[in-house]
Amino acid sequence: MSKKKLTYSLNYRRPKSEYKPSDELMICIRYYHKCENTQKTKIIKKSTGVKCKLKDWNSDWHKSSDRTPIKYTDPQHKKKNKILKEKVKSFDIDELFKSVKNNSFSDYLKSKLPHGPIERKWTNHKNSINLVSPANKRNIDVIVVGTGLAGGSACATLAELGYNVKAFCFQDSPRRAHSIAAQGGINAAKNYQGDGDSIYRLFYDTVKGGDYRSREENVYRLAEVSANIIDQCVAQGVPFARDYGGLLDNRSFGGVLVSRTFYAKGQTGQQLLLGAYSAMNRQIARGKIEMHNRHEMLDVVLVDGKARGIITRNLVNGKIERHSAHAVVLATGGYGNVFYLSTNAMGSNVTAAWKAHKRGAYFANPCFTQIHPTCIPVSGDHQSKLTLMSESLRNDGRIWVPKNIKDVESIRNGSLSPTEILEENRDYFLERRYPAFGNLVPRDVASRAAKERCDAGFGVNKTGEAVYLDFASAITRYGKEQALINGLDDSNSEVIEKLGKEIIKKKYGNLFQMYEKIVDQNPYETPMMIYPAVHYTMGGIWVDYNLMTTIPGLYAIGEANFSDHGANRLGASALMQGLADGYFVLPYTIGDYLSDDISTGPIANDTKEFIEAENNAKEKLDYLINNKGSKSVDYFHKKLGKIMWNKCGMARNKKDLGSAIKEISELRDEFYKEVKVPGDQNEFNEELAKAGRVADFLELGELFAKDALEREESCGGHFRDEFQTKEGEATRKKEFQFVSAWEYVGEPKNAILHKEKLEYENIEVKERSYK
Amino acid sequence: MKLTLKIWRQKNAESKGGIVNYDIDEISPDMSFLEMLDVLNADLISKDEEPVSFDHDCREGICGSCSLFINGQAHGPDRRITTCQLHMRKFKDGDTIYIEPFRAKAFPVIKDLVVDRSAFDRIQQSGGYISVNTSGNTQDANSIPINKDDADTAFDAATCIGCGACVATCKNSSAMLFVGAKVSQYSLLPQGKTEASRRVINMVNQMDLEGFGNCSNTGACEVECPKGISLDNIARMNRELMKASVKK
Repeated sequence: MSKKKLTYSLNYRRPKSEYKPSDELMICIRYYHKCENTQKTKIIKKSTGVKCKLKDWNSDWHKSSDRTPIKYTDPQHKKKNKILKEKVKSFDIDELFKSVKNNSFSDYLKSKLPHGPIERKWTNHKNSINLVSPANKRNIDVIVVGTGLAGGSACATLAELGYNVKAFCFQDSPRRAHSIAAQGGINAAKNYQGDGDSIYRLFYDTVKGGDYRSREENVYRLAEVSANIIDQCVAQGVPFARDYGGLLDNRSFGGVLVSRTFYAKGQTGQQLLLGAYSAMNRQIARGKIEMHNRHEMLDVVLVDGKARGIITRNLVNGKIERHSAHAVVLATGGYGNVFYLSTNAMGSNVTAAWKAHKRGAYFANPCFTQIHPTCIPVSGDHQSKLTLMSESLRNDGRIWVPKNIKDVESIRNGSLSPTEILEENRDYFLERRYPAFGNLVPRDVASRAAKERCDAGFGVNKTGEAVYLDFASAITRYGKEQALINGLDDSNSEVIEKLGKEIIKKKYGNLFQMYEKIVDQNPYETPMMIYPAVHYTMGGIWVDYNLMTTIPGLYAIGEANFSDHGANRLGASALMQGLADGYFVLPYTIGDYLSDDISTGPIANDTKEFIEAENNAKEKLDYLINNKGSKSVDYFHKKLGKIMWNKCGMARNKKDLGSAIKEISELRDEFYKEVKVPGDQNEFNEELAKAGRVADFLELGELFAKDALEREESCGGHFRDEFQTKEGEATRKKEFQFVSAWEYVGEPKNAILHKEKLEYENIEVKERSYK
Repeated sequence: MKLTLKIWRQKNAESKGGIVNYDIDEISPDMSFLEMLDVLNADLISKDEEPVSFDHDCREGICGSCSLFINGQAHGPDRRITTCQLHMRKFKDGDTIYIEPFRAKAFPVIKDLVVDRSAFDRIQQSGGYISVNTSGNTQDANSIPINKDDADTAFDAATCIGCGACVATCKNSSAMLFVGAKVSQYSLLPQGKTEASRRVINMVNQMDLEGFGNCSNTGACEVECPKGISLDNIARMNRELMKASVKK
């Protein structure tokens, strides 16, 4: 680092005029840090331990030949000046960043939470924020990146309100965003079942499910607008499941006490996304949305500190483009693919969010990741992604591994079938460890317990990373019940098995078929194999109540932001949040900001900021193409995934997290030395696109580990070995009841922490208990 | 498993393409078809050759990105699945596998196995929606009861993933199964009836403009459709079009 940025200063605590010449003050070293991406300067002060009287202080010290700040009038000036020089010499900027821990709650984070009772807040807020008149909306452009549920719905509403929308997605059509893969359903406080559901109950369940790490105000608003989502989607022709009376059907989901989940078979995400896509199409046809398919965002452009555009790469011909607008909305989803293997789509990435972070958007709670217990296990090193099996299977399936390691070996080499293992040689570890909840313990507990057994060597597939989910007991139980009902012989095992399988097929038929296609085993005859997998990230870009990031004019919605799910997301809530943000929240709150822009006129995209950002992006791509290293992009991605999974996965500890930070940083260096990207920049080049994404994952991973390291508690999806009860439950800590918002200053491990305190006025914070 | 792959390689839309042979070894039957291609690509990259480009994203059969024509069949030999759900156990050691892009005049090749299916988007833009604003201030969702059978049939039509297997399979490169599915979804629901005439006329019009052929009722599209969209949807679309034309 350059010493030029260091200066001495006196640490005044009151206005200068209040001091007398004889007052003694501490001398500090000041470090001027300029963040290259954000162009923001920040002053970091470090005490030297040396004091001097005001009258002995040479404020023009930098002009003197020996550059000493203490005048000879101080009897000890020689000694003191020497110490100061040494302090400067040994000044270590990395150490300093480590020591700059913001222990107080940050002034930089302005959440803009509205006043009043919680049920009036959103209404009051809408009534008090600034609006843009329809005539002026015509003159305002908004960029939306990502076209999943959040982005697609935001595009539709913004365009309908009259803004000119420029939409971008990396897929070949907005309809292919990964929201399409959501299976289960969407929650809404409609209370159609009359089972006592209400806005408050949905709000309560979401905050509690999030282990008290989400913002009360945002969650309440989410619950409040949830009912509108269903009305809206039905009006758009989304074919939700109905009962014979023609009214909408509901199911219960994710351990809550009411039935509030609306669904369209196992394809709810698809139907909702196609609904948003159709609303977009209507606006594209009207010319209000300019759609850019197969475009990847490479950077966000800041002009005078405001987000005014983006740099994109056309994935078909490689052209780098500049796009300007009055505001930019990121709806770019989560970052689960930092683990390489996840239930995310292959293309899901963090690049847009990470580039925004590097330009000054704080990144919140990166370590909050949800790991789902019931996924189809990895079958080999060639595996590219993981498939989720509905959690509902745990209602009837019993989870086990063999008790004896010998049996495990025989199973792995194929000489023994799991059905041959006697009951007394099976370890139903969830039932053993959690007799009260058994196989129905919460997701995080089930996931960690399976990992514990597999780490101990009891995994039952080739790679040793799978446990059994067995339906044999359920088949027998249902079979006996049916035999009794139908007056058949309930001691005939063949009859029982047949009847039992019929019931299981009715309940889970489609899931069993899906499993059979992938694994090529019949789960009616042999137990299923399952293993936990990453599938959702609760963390994301920090946003205020208006969903604006710490960069003015830059917004983040859907999974890309952090605001609603705290440390753990409830089932069927992701679709709800995406559509709430996109259809009903952002389009109104963005007006508050854009009302200042009604006479700005079109934003030029040929200013120096745009050209600089464009050149910057081009240079990075050139570097990757010209590097001609020896290892493929996937090599690094897989390696990163291994580090993340082993050290920042289901259970974390101080030692592992520390070494993860080091290993990721080394891997990143190796990446830039050794990565090999074939082909050219000016053509369709998937490897190049992948290389850029992995480069960003390699930075995010480090921040992820740092966040996990500094959060010295267990809560929701974040579990630290050091912070658990005797029973292995998470120990949440009151002093960590805050949002960690990280500011980028260079290396991710040097990021500066800003804390947003979380207050709960409408819910009592309680310990989660499963007893 | 040891395989011989015969893959369509084409640098870009302008250049001429052709079949290139690749031998590949150590393929596990548990791999998905796309993972087999990942292995091939890793091998090509290590040999400083250009990897094969193909569209893919969710790899669980729902996004509709993957679009390979394998041994003369859209999405390969298995039924009711997409290419990403096809596993190598469907092939034998020593097999020769032809891999081509989805071919149709309206689906120009972008590179190798990647085709441009934006014609589908433009058909949807011409009328594949219900003109309702997104304010959320519509009527309560339960104020219009919908017959369960209609709702279920509409849902079945709505499960189309827009992959284009129907077009690639059809000897006429017709998109009528795709368009029929969308027209059906809305015409079966009361919400969509108001503008049904305009919708079907515009969508069929756009379909013709894009260069898709006509339906001659062969039914190959239904067989190859990974979501099992029924041929009934084409009949329903034709009825709707007839009704709309008469009204006009």
